[in-house]
Amino acid sequence: MALKIVKGSIDRMFDKNLQDLVRGIRNHKEDEAKYISTCIDEIKQELKQDNIAVKSNAVCKLTYLQMLGYDVSWAAFNIVEVMSSSKFTYKRIGYLAASQCFHESTDVIMLTTNQIRKDLSSPNQYDTGVALTGLSCFVTPDLARDLANDIMTLMSHTKPYIRKKAVLIMYKVFLKYPESLRPAFPRMKEKLEDPDPGVQSAAVNVICELARRNPKNYLSLAPLFFKLMTSSTNNWVLIKIIKLFGALTPLEPRLGKKLIEPLTNLIHSTSAMSLLYECVNTVIAVLISLSSGMPNHSASIQLCVQKLRILIEDSDQNLKYLGLLAMSKILKTHPKSVQSHKDLILQCLDDKDESIRLRALDLLYGMVSKKNLMEIVKKLMLHVDKAEGTTYRDELLTKIIDICSQSNYQYITNFEWYISILVELTRLEGTRHGHLIASQMLDVAIRVKAIRAFAVAQMATLLDNAHLLTGNTQHSGICEVLYAAAWICGEFSEHLEDPMATLEAMLRPKVATLPGHIQAVYVQNAAKLFSTVLCGLEGAPADSKVAQETSQLLIDRLPVFVQSDNLEVQERASCILQLVKYIQKLQQKDVEVAEEVTALFAGELNPVAPKAQKKVPVPEGLDLDAWINEPLSGSESEDEGRKTKGKAVFAKEDSRHTKPRYTEVDEKELAKRREVRKAEQANNPFYIKASPSSQKVYQEAVGVEHIPVVQIDLSVPLKVPGMPMSDQYVKLEEERREKNKAVRKKDKKKRREKGRQRRGDSGPESEEDITPAHMVDIVTEEMPENALPSDDDDKDPNDPHKALNIDLDKPLADSEKKLPVRTHRPDEVLKSPIEDEEGLEVTSEPKKKSGKEKKDKERKKGKEKKNKRKRKQEEGEDLMEAGSEEPVQSKVTNDVAAQPPASTPEASDLDFWLSNAPVPSDPQEAAAVPDAPPASTPEAASGVAVVVPDSEPEETKSSKHKKKKEKDKKKKHHHHHHSDRAREESVQNGTVEDEEPLPPMSNYALLAENSYIKMVCDIQGNLHDGSQVVVSVIFENKCDSFIKSMEFNVMDSLNSKLQRPEGAGPHDSLTVPFHLPPGISNEARFIFSVQSIVMPQKLKGTLTFIVKTEDSSTHEKLDFKLHFTCTSYLITTPCYSDAYAKLLESGDLKGSSLKLEGINQPFHHLLARICFHHHFSVVERIDSCASMYSRSIQGHHVCLLVKTADQTVSIDAKCDEPGLLRNVLDEIKLTFSQC
Amino acid sequence: MIKAILIFNNHGKPRLIRFYEYFAEDVQQQIIRETFHLVSKRDDNVCNFLEGGSLIGGSDYKLIYRHYATLYFVFCVDSSESELGILDLIQVFVETLDKCFENVCELDLIFHMDKVHFILQEVVMGMVLETNMNEIVGQVELQNRMEKSEGLLCSAARAVSAVKNINLPEMPRNINIGDINIKVPSLSPF
Repeated sequence: MALKIVKGSIDRMFDKNLQDLVRGIRNHKEDEAKYISTCIDEIKQELKQDNIAVKSNAVCKLTYLQMLGYDVSWAAFNIVEVMSSSKFTYKRIGYLAASQCFHESTDVIMLTTNQIRKDLSSPNQYDTGVALTGLSCFVTPDLARDLANDIMTLMSHTKPYIRKKAVLIMYKVFLKYPESLRPAFPRMKEKLEDPDPGVQSAAVNVICELARRNPKNYLSLAPLFFKLMTSSTNNWVLIKIIKLFGALTPLEPRLGKKLIEPLTNLIHSTSAMSLLYECVNTVIAVLISLSSGMPNHSASIQLCVQKLRILIEDSDQNLKYLGLLAMSKILKTHPKSVQSHKDLILQCLDDKDESIRLRALDLLYGMVSKKNLMEIVKKLMLHVDKAEGTTYRDELLTKIIDICSQSNYQYITNFEWYISILVELTRLEGTRHGHLIASQMLDVAIRVKAIRAFAVAQMATLLDNAHLLTGNTQHSGICEVLYAAAWICGEFSEHLEDPMATLEAMLRPKVATLPGHIQAVYVQNAAKLFSTVLCGLEGAPADSKVAQETSQLLIDRLPVFVQSDNLEVQERASCILQLVKYIQKLQQKDVEVAEEVTALFAGELNPVAPKAQKKVPVPEGLDLDAWINEPLSGSESEDEGRKTKGKAVFAKEDSRHTKPRYTEVDEKELAKRREVRKAEQANNPFYIKASPSSQKVYQEAVGVEHIPVVQIDLSVPLKVPGMPMSDQYVKLEEERREKNKAVRKKDKKKRREKGRQRRGDSGPESEEDITPAHMVDIVTEEMPENALPSDDDDKDPNDPHKALNIDLDKPLADSEKKLPVRTHRPDEVLKSPIEDEEGLEVTSEPKKKSGKEKKDKERKKGKEKKNKRKRKQEEGEDLMEAGSEEPVQSKVTNDVAAQPPASTPEASDLDFWLSNAPVPSDPQEAAAVPDAPPASTPEAASGVAVVVPDSEPEETKSSKHKKKKEKDKKKKHHHHHHSDRAREESVQNGTVEDEEPLPPMSNYALLAENSYIKMVCDIQGNLHDGSQVVVSVIFENKCDSFIKSMEFNVMDSLNSKLQRPEGAGPHDSLTVPFHLPPGISNEARFIFSVQSIVMPQKLKGTLTFIVKTEDSSTHEKLDFKLHFTCTSYLITTPCYSDAYAKLLESGDLKGSSLKLEGINQPFHHLLARICFHHHFSVVERIDSCASMYSRSIQGHHVCLLVKTADQTVSIDAKCDEPGLLRNVLDEIKLTFSQC
Repeated sequence: MIKAILIFNNHGKPRLIRFYEYFAEDVQQQIIRETFHLVSKRDDNVCNFLEGGSLIGGSDYKLIYRHYATLYFVFCVDSSESELGILDLIQVFVETLDKCFENVCELDLIFHMDKVHFILQEVVMGMVLETNMNEIVGQVELQNRMEKSEGLLCSAARAVSAVKNINLPEMPRNINIGDINIKVPSLSPF
């Protein structure tokens, strides 16, 4: 036995370790694969041993082999074994191997759950760390669900090393298990203020990543991030936050306004280029979001552009690249400011770095104008010639075409020039983009009527020189151009000078070597040309011989195509050949055929918009997905067989069949059929009809008369045997513009007569007042008549981040505080967050509560700290939601009552933070302002509660619409709006029947007022700290002068003290952190520490400030009294009826009661008032009796039983602190005596 | 988000690969080849950013790389990362390697891939984890000390491997990376 052990350890000594393996591989360069396969065999042997050291050594080697591309998944189980070793050394190796090769479909992962949980809770922080690191690579939905709770706990670990890793991995957990997001988020948010910079940075990272995907859910965090941004000195954190703001500003323009200043400061002050760059980027984003409303930001734009120019001019290529990248963002909204740097950007086109050249090209795209298009394209053409490497050249080519064709050829003033450019581009060898050029040629020729004559001439030249294009490389993409050329020459053959020559060029034998689809077009268009030739010749009897020669030419040349192996070519050729033969017969009998032949190709094609087909609305009652006939099982293969058979038969007999059919059809019959078809089309809703403007009577040839006459400058040689030179146009264009300028001067006198070519100009005169050379009417593309306007933003339905579109502001339901309990896997059907929530809320919630009350209380404390603001704001949304749903809550449900019932002006913290709007003077209305915005902002901010992942664009539109309406309403009927809200509120409070609307309420009470300034304030207990209250004061500037240097001071009492910054004396005043321009109001918060909360208190205070007028400034002061009521120490806290009952049973509470007489307001108003003004929540309500609950910041429970009968309200109250209770009751009494 | 980290040498031989998203082994190798192809043809004085290749990324992704003597360090990141920040992170990572290995060279990476992984794990975890070099080095050292205290990679084994080395025909030559402390001036404030 002993011998065996010794032997084992000696063996182990001679095992290869990782270094030996690497060395071995390096020594076997010739037969590496063979060497490795022997190594793998050895490893397999090692893995079979019991010794964990041997195993881990083997696994370590496998990790190396995995890097070389060897699949090591067969060793997955051994990896798990090594992972579960108790020694850190091995564990680490195991986790490393796992993170390199485990993935979601690795089945042994299932076995690791408990091991990982054990490691996560290990006392050794590095065991935990290693497990977290490993998880970040291979976490699966199952693991995420099972371990979410453990990881969440680790987020509050004592060691920052663990905290930061736990925070970071939560992101992966959220992705894999979206249900964990809401429960975990409060803690995540807490970590934003972690004392350890690493943890803070990790939390910022995660939240930024979440927010980037679903920004609107995170808007409410903006103030917090703003604070971080202005206080943090960690560049990593700053960069992330600034990037995040870039994503948030498009949703909330007011945020942008607030950001501009600190960002500008950062831009000026920072020396870190990375930070500077991100600041510039975000400023750009802000400017884009503000571009409509804010005219005075040209300074910021200038600053950005100027900084970017410095970046671009830097010798560091990285900065240059990023500078160009950011510049292209500015370009979209402020093209003018970028255009002035054209020189710099053109210079970048010469850069040796391809990435930079491509960026510069992107920029050029947006910089063109009518004025500089030709110049820029000329430059680009030079680069095309110089460019080596087809990739960059192809990129240039596409860019040239993009630049010219953008926004419907908006910048092209001279289409002759553009056609020449296209023709020049055909000279590029080996380009892949022949197709692109071809489609441009077609597009221009079809849509720009005026250019057709010129285009046809150019295309004829191209056809004539086709051999230059095709050369030897008939596979090169450029021959696609011939497709366009042939079609244009055929379709617009009336513009051809010598159709005969072109016809001949199209029927050269070499054509037969072109790709099939091009040949087909050749053949078809040869027929069109033929008809044109006949048309031109007839009438002059002397020419009948020429006509017959033409027919003979076709008859001679077409047989080549009839033999083509391409079906399409073959069919068309044989058809046309027979037709021509027939015509030849007629010609020999001296019958006039031209007119009839022309009729074959009469009519005009209109361009159809690319989306037209998609936009055809589906008529009512048509279900495109329904089966017409239920498919028989197994019939498919049979069907296919039949089909292929049919095809083969068709292909063989095809030519014989078609010949007689076509020749038999005479013109009359054709016309008749056409009539029938037309009638049918007219009645057919699916047929895309021609627009009235283009519905021409055929036979009339093309309406030549009404095409604006193009004056082709004859100095341009139209038929250069080689190729046209676009450069000539540049010169000509300049001359023309000069001339035009002169003409325009004269024009002023006799404008009317000089309307030459003005007719039909597509748009208003452009920026630079350049008249296009061709009065081009660009035929617009057709759309079906009843096309549905829709923006097709097809979002990827598989995007995992969609599942994370979860509202985080909504307070956690009781059931959500803990992650759902694990169940067996098969049971777990992935529910959408909504279902999940609702289901749990209704069923399991109340029961759970009683069981873990203690726990809940603790957690609640923590949770509420974080949630206070959010919850308040949330109400706005809840109400909105409730409004849209039917108020079907026919019985009192606890969970509804649990929602914090009354809305407070704090409802929109974000709004306050953002808005600079003046606060109305009447305190009642003061509530209206902060109250009203929730209708718009929280909705925008956090979406409607839980947004179902696949919300339709329709929906968002309607919600936008709603928002707008809501805003309107706000403006017009403040009160009406309010009452709506109030009613919805009452539904929230668990009321049964339709009840009268509540009057508006506000907690902001007037503090003090003089002719300069008005102060209103609200006092709230601080959730974070049991000994603090927060006083929010809104300062409103009532005068016409600027108020600055406001200082706030309060005489401290023994019990209550204003919290002053460290180092300040007990009587120093606090500076209010803002100035107030005339008519503006803003809110500041002051924190007071209190010791006893049993008694109400009054504190005397003074506000001093400087009023600055144009010529003088005066020092003013305003005294006030801050009234800390006992109510202000209470915090709205939801409570459930069973917990409530328990509380009352406990007997710790002392009772007191109160009777109010002569109260003639509805019961629900009464409740709402108590809720709103005294921070209670309704626990349960039955008819005219309700139980209510609240808690003080120091944890005293206050319970009320409110009953009403005949204008008398009796309140029985219980509290563990009788003094507090008495005072609260007095205050309630006071409230009702006032109204 | 960081999608992948690749380290390979001037000939495209992988020295460390780390994917934060699953790819099969053959795809991983293709990605390495493609990335090497993209990166290796670039001069040293052009910018360090590349639009991602066809296999990894898409329009939202960028390759950000640095070239040190014989090694390329390539990070594939999406648009939520700051380009210059990642460049700096690579620098931090390499400097950390330099501290941990004392004058790091390619051979260190070749023979101690596992250790390089352990160091990387302290820097990146799918997202940027730690950027403070002292913190990283400190944590790595603590872990190494712990490993030593377990004493499982016993010195006897080292002695044996020294003996084994005697038989090897050729000891690999020491290829020095050269001066690794090239700081890009513009990034120094980090």
